[in-house]
Amino acid sequence: MAGTDQGKIRNFCIIAHIDHGKSTLADRIIEQTGLLTSREMQAQVLDNMDLERERGITIKAQAVRTVYKAKDGEEYIFNLIDTPGHVDFNYEVSRSLAACDGAILVVDAAQGVEAQTLANVYLALDHDLDVVPVINKIDLPSADPERVKEEIEDVIGLEADDAPLISAKTGLNVEDVLEQIVKKIPAPVGDVSAPLRALIFDSVYDSYRGVIVFCRIMEGTICKGTPILMMATGAKAEVVEVGYFGAGQFIPCDSLSAGMVGYITASLKNVKDTRVGDTVTNAASPCSEPLPGYKKVNSMVYCGMYPADGAKYPDLRDALEKLQLNDAALQFEAETSAALGFGFRCGFLGLLHLEIIQERLEREYNLDLVTTAPSVIYKVYKTDGEVMDLTNPTNLPDPSEIEYMEEPIVKAEIMVTSEYIGAIMDLCQERRGVYESMEYIEEKRAVLHYRLPLNEIIYDFFDALKSRSRGYASFDYEIDGYDRSELVKLDILINKEEVDALSFIVHSGTAYERGRRMCEKLKEEIPRQLFEIPIQAAIGSKIIARETVKAMRKDVLAKCYGGDISRKKKLLEKQKEGKKRMRQVGNVEIPQKAFMSVLKLDEK
Amino acid sequence: MKSAGKPDGKERGNGVDGKNGEEELKRRLEVYIHVPFCVKKCAYCDFLSAPASEEARQRYVDALCLEIGGYRREYHDAYKAGNPTRLQLRFPLDGTFHDTYVVDSIFLGGGTPSILDGRQIRQIFQSLRKTFSVSRDAEITIEANPGTVTGEKLSAWREVGINRVSIGLQSANDEELKLLGRIHTHHQFEETYESVRAAGFTNVNVDLISAIPGQSVESWRQTLEKVAAISPEHISAYSLIVEEGTPFYEYFGEDREKRNVAGERTKFVMPALPNEEDEREMYHLTERVLSPYGYHRYEISNYAKEGYACRHNLGYWERREYLGIGLGAASFMGHKRYKNTSDLERYLEALLEKERPFLAEEVENLTAADEMAEFLFLGLRKTRGISAYDFAENFGRDIDEVYGRPLQKLSAGGWLKREGDRIFLTRRGIDVSNMVFVEFLEPEV
Repeated sequence: MAGTDQGKIRNFCIIAHIDHGKSTLADRIIEQTGLLTSREMQAQVLDNMDLERERGITIKAQAVRTVYKAKDGEEYIFNLIDTPGHVDFNYEVSRSLAACDGAILVVDAAQGVEAQTLANVYLALDHDLDVVPVINKIDLPSADPERVKEEIEDVIGLEADDAPLISAKTGLNVEDVLEQIVKKIPAPVGDVSAPLRALIFDSVYDSYRGVIVFCRIMEGTICKGTPILMMATGAKAEVVEVGYFGAGQFIPCDSLSAGMVGYITASLKNVKDTRVGDTVTNAASPCSEPLPGYKKVNSMVYCGMYPADGAKYPDLRDALEKLQLNDAALQFEAETSAALGFGFRCGFLGLLHLEIIQERLEREYNLDLVTTAPSVIYKVYKTDGEVMDLTNPTNLPDPSEIEYMEEPIVKAEIMVTSEYIGAIMDLCQERRGVYESMEYIEEKRAVLHYRLPLNEIIYDFFDALKSRSRGYASFDYEIDGYDRSELVKLDILINKEEVDALSFIVHSGTAYERGRRMCEKLKEEIPRQLFEIPIQAAIGSKIIARETVKAMRKDVLAKCYGGDISRKKKLLEKQKEGKKRMRQVGNVEIPQKAFMSVLKLDEK
Repeated sequence: MKSAGKPDGKERGNGVDGKNGEEELKRRLEVYIHVPFCVKKCAYCDFLSAPASEEARQRYVDALCLEIGGYRREYHDAYKAGNPTRLQLRFPLDGTFHDTYVVDSIFLGGGTPSILDGRQIRQIFQSLRKTFSVSRDAEITIEANPGTVTGEKLSAWREVGINRVSIGLQSANDEELKLLGRIHTHHQFEETYESVRAAGFTNVNVDLISAIPGQSVESWRQTLEKVAAISPEHISAYSLIVEEGTPFYEYFGEDREKRNVAGERTKFVMPALPNEEDEREMYHLTERVLSPYGYHRYEISNYAKEGYACRHNLGYWERREYLGIGLGAASFMGHKRYKNTSDLERYLEALLEKERPFLAEEVENLTAADEMAEFLFLGLRKTRGISAYDFAENFGRDIDEVYGRPLQKLSAGGWLKREGDRIFLTRRGIDVSNMVFVEFLEPEV
């Protein structure tokens, strides 16, 4: 493919709010440019994982190359890069965007501009992308394209007059989108003969070929045999194969040159060597400067993951290692808990990332997991001058050794219709949010800006937001540094024994309330047993709340037609099975889901 | 020499005592016959029973007799000769049922077996006596409900050798009887009871239920006193269990709070179930009230005067072999448990049209571990519990070797007690017996 005229290449992505039809449009583009017949198309080619299809979100960046014969009679190469669609993956999104020259903005003709739409547009504009708005779902009865056009112009400030009005579902007017890609998205520019500079926007692990690096060539050329160097990680290798993205397959080619999007394999064994955002250069004649914008992504949320069946510990480790091959953002290290045995403390980009990993472990690896309450990273400033990053509440030093603590804060942007502003402000208040500003983006909709502690939103903030706004609020956030805060460790004692896996860090102002609710929740979750079980919440040695699970007073099969012993035995066996799904802590059996209780404290 | 029908009440081992030479050589067998019919389904009942027409009942009795006949010598011989004519044996035995077993008890349960008329009862017993060798002092029980017992039936019962009648009263309070969906009043029970006595029955049981919706502790005490005063030989006192699939479950299932919602829907407000305190109080009250009248508790829910413990029921707890005949009936023979189909149409069709006895739908082969667990969770239902010696005798293993840990833990907690050779539940242990039994499901084999 070397020598392809850069003027005939269009590198773009599609950005949208969840459910506005991003993946469907991607499918139509692939279909209508003739890469695949509709029969070959499995719905939504780009979302590979079952989980992605089910949740309607993209987790890994994907790319596809297709050829479009435009009305001007010329053939254009389209490289469509699908970006992950969630705030947890913001950094990945930004690198995917950096690999593009333009973006198609899909807006739902009925719902209009949403918080995520804005966030994505700003991100695209930050990367100097030309944004082409498209109004989708015009076949819906509630579609109001004129209003949405106005919204796009007023709220985002994009010219939307000639935005194609399409239905990605039916294929209506998708042709217009293809033409606008040719006309409005700029062709790449980049010196083909300059030293190699390629941006890594994703990588996947293949058991035969090792790591497959997805990249956009910014300058220079790369081909088989090129000695390469990853500028940030320092990893070196020799290119085994280069190629581009067919539909669901890798198609090798001779070389990739400036402006092109494709993949490289180089017998790299570890995705950690190929960090998203890193620059690939020629080890023999390196470029002087790496591409801007690389940063190492850090886990924001941690939790303990334990196999429900202790014997599955090695299986869990294998599964985590395999997932990590494809997901450099997943971190884990072994830990032990008195209550839960051997497991791992895992780090995630955010709560969604956590949930996705948890679901994949359970589904793809058939593991039954006990997950402890998520925690953020606290900074503990000790009296001896040491600063410690605390990811597991159990490791909090004695209060006498702590000078002060800091917690991570986010800048949150909540878009909400006017009738729910009060309810949402109350929620933010309860969650220790600090109001910054509010602006109306149209008559009935406003964007609220708050600074919120991350530990207040990792539990159930999103659910609470949805329930208090009847689903109308949407939410986006970015990390905004650390603030000093009065934090305490809340311990839970069950039958007078501290259960390490239930400890969590909480702001001192809400500790009593949380402790009380935690005890109440655990009382619901822990079934009655042969003896009375006190449940206590404590800060240090001070008990701040108490509930009691009364002793089981009656559990007897009074009447039983004697003959049917098998039925009776089945009942007892069912009871026994129930016991097996519990964790023995001291003398008490605790159901596994109780370890997630802290997540559900807002449920009434 | 004991008179026929007078149970000796003593618990016996697996050997047969007090029999003539021929009977001594045979194994003991308990026979259960299920009658799945009633006048009207009660609101708490989850037994296999429903109202049916006279014609349907007769068809069922005919089928029952065919099933019983399937255990007869001629079919056994035909089966052995590889030429099953009409019926074939379900249980492979070396000899015939008649030669192998002596029937120690027969129990007609339901449903409401007293719904059958005298002729039908005679028909069933003709089949039974033609098929099995029934011990001369066998305990033969029929369950009866007030309002269904007539003089004609009573004389048929006497004639066929029935010597124990179990009457379902449930409560001496008419309001409570109505809530339960019973068809009779307390007065009707008294009439039935008297007619049963008048017919010469000297071994009578009365079934009672505590923790009925709206019942107070005082009301339960009155029921107990009234029943004890007329002095039946045996009283079964169960605490109400809200079973899935019953009308009560609609009201009280899973969450008692639903009661009012359900009440509104049916425009009938069901009183609440007694709270836990009262329910336990009633349960404990039973023994306190009955004891001065000479009743001794021998099983979790059963009380008897000296010598009148129900042999048939004890058979289940002591893991004696039993044969269940009829719809949904269970059997235990050798190291297997069997269960007949619970589908009435299939049952009738197999016997009446296909002329073969209904083959057990469920067969469970018991492992040594299963049998040990059963030994514990069945035997411990009896107030005198189990014998460590019997355990060793049965399984060739020391019980402390197999169940050392749970025995230790449960004794320490005060749920089990050990006195000499016996291991039994304490009162606290009885209350939570399921949780105790669960500990014995997995022996260390």
